[in-house]
Amino acid sequence: MKKLIALMLAAVLMLAACVALADDLKVGVILVGDETEGYTLAHMNGIKAAAEALGLTDSQIVWKYKVPEDQSCYDSAMDLVGQGCNLIISNSYGHQTYMALAAEEVPDVTFVAMTGDFAAISGLDNFKNAFTKVYESRYVSGVVAGMKVAELLESGELAPEKQPNSFDADGNVKIGYVGAFNYAEVVSGYTAFFLGIRSVVPNVAMEVMYTNSWFDIDKEAAAAEALVAKGCVIIGQHADSTGAPAAVQKLLDAGTLCYSVGYNIDMLPTAPTAALTSPTNEWSVFYTELFTAKQNGEEIAADWAKGYEVGAVAITDLGPSCAAGTAEKVAEVEQAIHDGSLKVFDTATFTVGGETVTSAPCDMSFMDWSTMTAIYEGETVEAIVDGAFEESAFRSAPYFQLRIDGIIEDAQ
Amino acid sequence: MSQNTHAPHEPLMRVVKRGETSGRLKIGVRLLAILLALVIDALFIYFVTGLNPFAVYGVMIGGTFSTTMRFSWAMRDLASLLLIGIALAPAFRMRFWNIGAEGQVLMGALATAAVMVYYGGKVPNGLLFTAMLVASILAGALWGFIPAWFKAHFGTNETLFTLMMNYVAIQIVACCVNIWRGQASGLGKLNMKSKAGWFPQIMGQRFTINLIVVAVLTILVFCYLRYSKQGYEIAVVGESENTARYAGINVGRVIIRTMILSGALCGLTGFLIVGGRDQTISTGTAGGNGFTAIIVAWLAKFNTFTMALISFLLIFLEKGAAEIASAYNLNDFASDIIAGIILFCILGSEFFVNYKVVFRSGHKEVG
Repeated sequence: MKKLIALMLAAVLMLAACVALADDLKVGVILVGDETEGYTLAHMNGIKAAAEALGLTDSQIVWKYKVPEDQSCYDSAMDLVGQGCNLIISNSYGHQTYMALAAEEVPDVTFVAMTGDFAAISGLDNFKNAFTKVYESRYVSGVVAGMKVAELLESGELAPEKQPNSFDADGNVKIGYVGAFNYAEVVSGYTAFFLGIRSVVPNVAMEVMYTNSWFDIDKEAAAAEALVAKGCVIIGQHADSTGAPAAVQKLLDAGTLCYSVGYNIDMLPTAPTAALTSPTNEWSVFYTELFTAKQNGEEIAADWAKGYEVGAVAITDLGPSCAAGTAEKVAEVEQAIHDGSLKVFDTATFTVGGETVTSAPCDMSFMDWSTMTAIYEGETVEAIVDGAFEESAFRSAPYFQLRIDGIIEDAQ
Repeated sequence: MSQNTHAPHEPLMRVVKRGETSGRLKIGVRLLAILLALVIDALFIYFVTGLNPFAVYGVMIGGTFSTTMRFSWAMRDLASLLLIGIALAPAFRMRFWNIGAEGQVLMGALATAAVMVYYGGKVPNGLLFTAMLVASILAGALWGFIPAWFKAHFGTNETLFTLMMNYVAIQIVACCVNIWRGQASGLGKLNMKSKAGWFPQIMGQRFTINLIVVAVLTILVFCYLRYSKQGYEIAVVGESENTARYAGINVGRVIIRTMILSGALCGLTGFLIVGGRDQTISTGTAGGNGFTAIIVAWLAKFNTFTMALISFLLIFLEKGAAEIASAYNLNDFASDIIAGIILFCILGSEFFVNYKVVFRSGHKEVG
């Protein structure tokens, strides 16, 4: 009997401890936008889903909206510390230096700068970065686009005689891509997208046009229109607005043969027949892992980067214009990425300057470009491992910067 | 409007300028305005957001006063705004509409940043700070001098000229930031590793120097405008250029001198913002304070102590609105409306301090 009481007491105590732990977690969230902006909305939804799954109450999350990438980010972080938060997340790249300053001052609070790139070399134990392997889902979205191009070619709807403008001098089908900036993040993404298309249709060439903004509806629309005018039949994007899909839908309705692959969110409401799919992040996967680890006092990785292996990336629902058999093909490719049999940046699938790439040294240092000095010294790693470029393995933020054959970037 | 057959024609209500306004009346009108604002806000909060107005007011006050850290940040932001207001005061007193404070601050900030980037860690700290200070003052003064020189020599319109100079400054800053950021997506903090050119921490904060400077300048500029010969000249030129000329004042010289002073003080603000607050530069370094400060200077009628109060009110409302948005998960448009109503009523009360409304019959007065 005594034993039973002791056991029950122990159980009650453990339960109480668990409750206490759950109560202990207080999350501060610093957002660059608010719910009206797709990128931030995706993070908010991810955090809310994770909180619901773990039973966190509303009072355990404090939100700071529209925090620019300047001193106000540091202010917000310190203010959240003052409100009792022990885990603070920021969602934009430029927040990271300010988060690191706060992390330096408050060592017992964990700071996570999403998409940042120097946590591992900062020497701060309480400062972390995270990024999904979104290039995996970009590759899959490329496969979807490739299936569409193949269907158009087979049916004869797309042919050099009918649309001479859509084929280059070598007979390659023209693809367009609206990119935000020429950073590794975008280069890595469009290369994965292109390789996805080329895995289905070997004869393609892609042109990338930059908007120099993460969110600019007008510029993205204008870039998409310009690319379609040049003959591009697929318009991919790495920018956050619905500008490109909307423009493509308008041109498709007007009789031009063109389709869109979006980003972040389902573009079907914007472009019901032009949108094929969008690569997207499932941030809830990361946030659930993060909150759980923090609650249990477990180690949090300085660089978190996961993809299909845990469902951290995905593509949105396939549009009605997708080619027959796309869903089956997508499932097959996703499975191959998941089990590792397909590597997105397999060096057998691309060349640089006509040569197969055998070595790609990447400097992981975080630079102060104004004085050309390293703020945090990082190692130079060899990214080619076993015949493939290992993206997001040495650091969560992308570092694939090779300019492969078949893709041209417009001068900025 | 029906035809009014009464003769002589008298409108239903008309606005009459008050003669002497007693101190008690002034305070009474303003208190009434604040009360009115709180009532309108309470209705808005209750009916639109469904929250308890008193709780919301509590949170709003907490935005500035709940912790010493928040209060010190409010003081820091007040310092930036007030300094620009102080810088504008001499020019506005002279009726020279310097709308270019934003650009003058940016040029001062840019000069500071340039010295930090190119000389940080290469020269001793004392020399570095001196160079930053001198460069910022020169840059700001230059940005004030150019429109003043054109005004003095060619009679150009200073409002348009100074306004356009803002955009020139913004583009120059954007260009430099673009060069300095290199392959990164943003500039981040300057001299992040060496911290060269960052103000030293005094009492735990880097912006302590800013607070000291603004306190000293509040007094100095007050005395300059009220008691110095130059301050008197500024006032005379502001009242009437012809009178000034008749009194033997070289109007062109006063205009140029005053604008150099105004621009130099703006440049100094840029120095304090970069060294003491941001340790970086962007097109948003002045943050619109160059325009907000016009309201501050104008409302305070160029009295620098009144400016401090008005700056405080503006900062208090801004912090309060941000805190309401964060605490109640409100869209920040809603919290801006709450702060905006208060500001509107207080600004509106200035009208009733100077004017009264007279109704047609019985001379009922409101206000």
